[in-house]
Amino acid sequence: MHILAIDDSRTIRSLLKMALEKAGFTVTTAVDGVEGVDKFKQMQADLVITDVNMPNKDGFGVIADIRNSTENRAVPVLVLTTENGTALKERARLAGATGWIVKPFDDVALVAVIKRLTGS
Amino acid sequence: MITDRAILDAFFEECDDLLAALADGLSNMRAGQTDNETVNAVFRAVHSIKGAAGAFSMDELVEFAHSFETVLDDLRAAKLSADETLLRVLQRAGDVLSDLVDDAREDRPADRARVDPVLSELQGFLAAEPAAEDEFVFEALSLDLGNPDASTEFLVTFKPLDAFYATGNDPLLILRALGELGSITVTCDTGALPNNSDALEVEHGYLSWSVQVSDQLNDLRIREVFEFLDDLCAFQIDAFSSDDHQVPIETGALNDIALADFSANETADLLSKNPLSAPLQKQERTTKINATTLRVDPERVDRLINAVGELIINQSVISQRIQEAALPSSSDLFSHLDDYKLLAREIQEGVMAIRAQPVKPLFQRMLRIAREAADATGKAVEVITEGEATEVDKIVVERLADPLTHMIRNAIDHGIEGPQDREKAGKPKAGMLKLRARQSSGSIVIQIIDDGAGLNRPKIRELAVEKGLIQPDTVLQDAEIDHLLFAPEFSTASEVTNLSGRGVGMDVVKTAITELGGKIAISSVTGEGTTFSITLPLTLAVMDGMVINVDGQTMVVPIASILETIRPKIKDLAKIGLNNDLLHIRGEYVPIVDLADRLGGKKQSRALTDRVLLLIQTESVAQCALAVDEIFDQRQVVVKSIIGNYGAIPGISGATILGDGKIALIVDPDSISATTQPDVLLRRVTNEEPTYVSHN
Amino acid sequence: MSATIEQSQNAKVEFVTLVAGGQSFCIEITQIREIRRWSPVTTLPHSPRHVLGVINLRGAVIPIIDLAAKLGFDVIIPTERHVIIITAIEQRIVGLLVESVSEILGVGKDIIKETPTSPEDITSKAVTGIIPGDEDMTKIINLKALMPTESSVAL
Repeated sequence: MHILAIDDSRTIRSLLKMALEKAGFTVTTAVDGVEGVDKFKQMQADLVITDVNMPNKDGFGVIADIRNSTENRAVPVLVLTTENGTALKERARLAGATGWIVKPFDDVALVAVIKRLTGS
Repeated sequence: MITDRAILDAFFEECDDLLAALADGLSNMRAGQTDNETVNAVFRAVHSIKGAAGAFSMDELVEFAHSFETVLDDLRAAKLSADETLLRVLQRAGDVLSDLVDDAREDRPADRARVDPVLSELQGFLAAEPAAEDEFVFEALSLDLGNPDASTEFLVTFKPLDAFYATGNDPLLILRALGELGSITVTCDTGALPNNSDALEVEHGYLSWSVQVSDQLNDLRIREVFEFLDDLCAFQIDAFSSDDHQVPIETGALNDIALADFSANETADLLSKNPLSAPLQKQERTTKINATTLRVDPERVDRLINAVGELIINQSVISQRIQEAALPSSSDLFSHLDDYKLLAREIQEGVMAIRAQPVKPLFQRMLRIAREAADATGKAVEVITEGEATEVDKIVVERLADPLTHMIRNAIDHGIEGPQDREKAGKPKAGMLKLRARQSSGSIVIQIIDDGAGLNRPKIRELAVEKGLIQPDTVLQDAEIDHLLFAPEFSTASEVTNLSGRGVGMDVVKTAITELGGKIAISSVTGEGTTFSITLPLTLAVMDGMVINVDGQTMVVPIASILETIRPKIKDLAKIGLNNDLLHIRGEYVPIVDLADRLGGKKQSRALTDRVLLLIQTESVAQCALAVDEIFDQRQVVVKSIIGNYGAIPGISGATILGDGKIALIVDPDSISATTQPDVLLRRVTNEEPTYVSHN
Repeated sequence: MSATIEQSQNAKVEFVTLVAGGQSFCIEITQIREIRRWSPVTTLPHSPRHVLGVINLRGAVIPIIDLAAKLGFDVIIPTERHVIIITAIEQRIVGLLVESVSEILGVGKDIIKETPTSPEDITSKAVTGIIPGDEDMTKIINLKALMPTESSVAL
């Protein structure tokens, strides 16, 4: 099971990688939206986790690109955010996100959700 | 709570980068650049710090960052305007945030007295408290357990809408999730499928399912399965009442359920290219290209620098041997040797450049120190930096922080006058403090310039007499009085304020600079201001030196200090009294210093006309001429510090290893020429007639 | 568990024994980097009498101290027969000129006795322990007490 994790924070990337690899997933990371979309196109992701606020291309841009791509466009996408508001959820949904996670995230819960979404 | 040390360290490293970006952005904003891109950059920096800090449960940091971030968010949403007041608060918030990161790094509680005022100022900018948003976290809901043993049957019907498939959801997975709650019975309703497969619109959701689920608790866990899917599918959960099936499909393991040929992925593949709804895509101008950087273990760089140092020595040994071998000058070996020399130099410069960093972060820190000092003393000070891009070795940057801090605090505390005094003196109300860095022929010069009242020379003199440094009747030049500040006894203990702390003196500053192989000079004009100039070697490791012989010992003098080498004729020499020799050059008289004597050796009996004079120019004192026995050649030497293993030696700034393995000490022209014997200095000449004496 | 506790009490500490100023001393081996024959030094200006000068040790400039002189005895006039012990104390590397080096001595911690305290002279200050021997007792030199470790304080 291959997960693509996109976040401009080095710390968050490390934390995600650690938590997910421990659960047996293979994790590829990207530092911003542009790299994220590039990597997405080169790989076969079973799930994508993306931050919202990033330079060069934000989370919504990433989702839009994914949903418009020729391959694997229906991949489950989780949005990683520090905000809790319904406004954000609406935007995420409109953009095409499958779901969202609030930072700081609980490893166990995150893995559970991912397992559910990827059927593993 | 994450305790993995490596990740924690990485987090703090990241914070440093983010805080630097934050400082940049804020200073751009204060300079008037309040466009969206800049504000966004600042927002993102705070946002990222907050996001990552949350993972480590750094609550104080997160709490502050949250308010900070919200204000920035309002600013970029144009709900707030970037006026002077807001900018000032943002600046202070940046400082507090940096402090909080440091507190987290040192694992100590925050200084609430500093944080709270700024925090309330930030909150003052925010509108009424935002309505408490529903907490959407992945946690098992604590349920009110009625009768734990009884289980209820539920009938769940759900019909995925088009959007369900388009967002990467798979009904199979939903069914599986439901299946995990207990045994289920699933019925698929294919009634909506058109009979004619041509009429099949692949993006449309035709299928619906009815699932009979029994759950021990209540329907909350079932609802959880549909968590994200509120408007992506129509679903309904009823307590099971009657047999309400549509087309029964065999019950049992989910895998057996035939979902027709349409798996979610296939369906999605067939979707047309029309985007769902215009997602809010931000087109951001990249104003800065993120420079790619490489993180390198500093120890590796140090080892590399040492190795390069040895390479240069080695090259110099080979040169020497080849000279001694007295090959015919037509031999092409010499050109190869030259190539070798150039290559060694190139490598050396390249390696030093790895460690070189712009002084900008250091200056930024100093800006902040200055701001705080100004606030604390109630003075208005304008701080300017120049030459921030000047590159300096990393070690220098680290070791300059404390000395610079001290000097800046002094300048603002004692140097710059209060607004009224300044007005009376006809100066602008705000004092000026300038931090300047530039490269100057092989050295880095860093200056702290203020336009304050200048050094209080009478006071310094008084204190010096008090401490027994000078006799009450000693006549001193201004420059000499200024230099007294560096004497160890001269801590400004009598002038301690909150700011300067415990009488830490300029002597500590001087030691720090000397340890770096540098020099420090003061220049001050009463009523106009003071300038401190720190000169540091450009490369810590290699220096161009002149190899000389002094009293049988080989030594090295830095080329940078040598103006001229002179073999004096009798007519060039003069004397004052019995012991003080002077060099008459270009209409001026320059004192001659016997290097052997200064270094504690024998005073030379050889006539000056038999020796060589090195005309020296130093930062702190006027010219003087060093008398040495012989000069050899100029070469590049690798400077080895002796301070670490031995200590400071007056007159010596380091050592080097010559081609033959012998050690040659490196003379420090500055401290050699500085003398506590005022009577050797030039001005005595004006009081006495020089006498021409033939050499003894 | 008790077996290991016993062991640590009887743990051996290793010393290098040397002669300086006609007396026996020793230094803990963990502080010693290497032992070399005497080689000519480059003198340093304004140096105290116990500081001989510096040598080139594979590219590093290392000061050499006459241990006898430092302890208050007569200076040693070095010859090729003399020995330099290169020591490392925290960040400082310093060479000690001694008359000779005898052997490596491993003793149990329990054998080491403390010196009766009366640090009147430099020697007493620097000696913090004694290893009783058959003929003579070997005085353990505490390098940290002998020499300051901050570079701002001269040796």
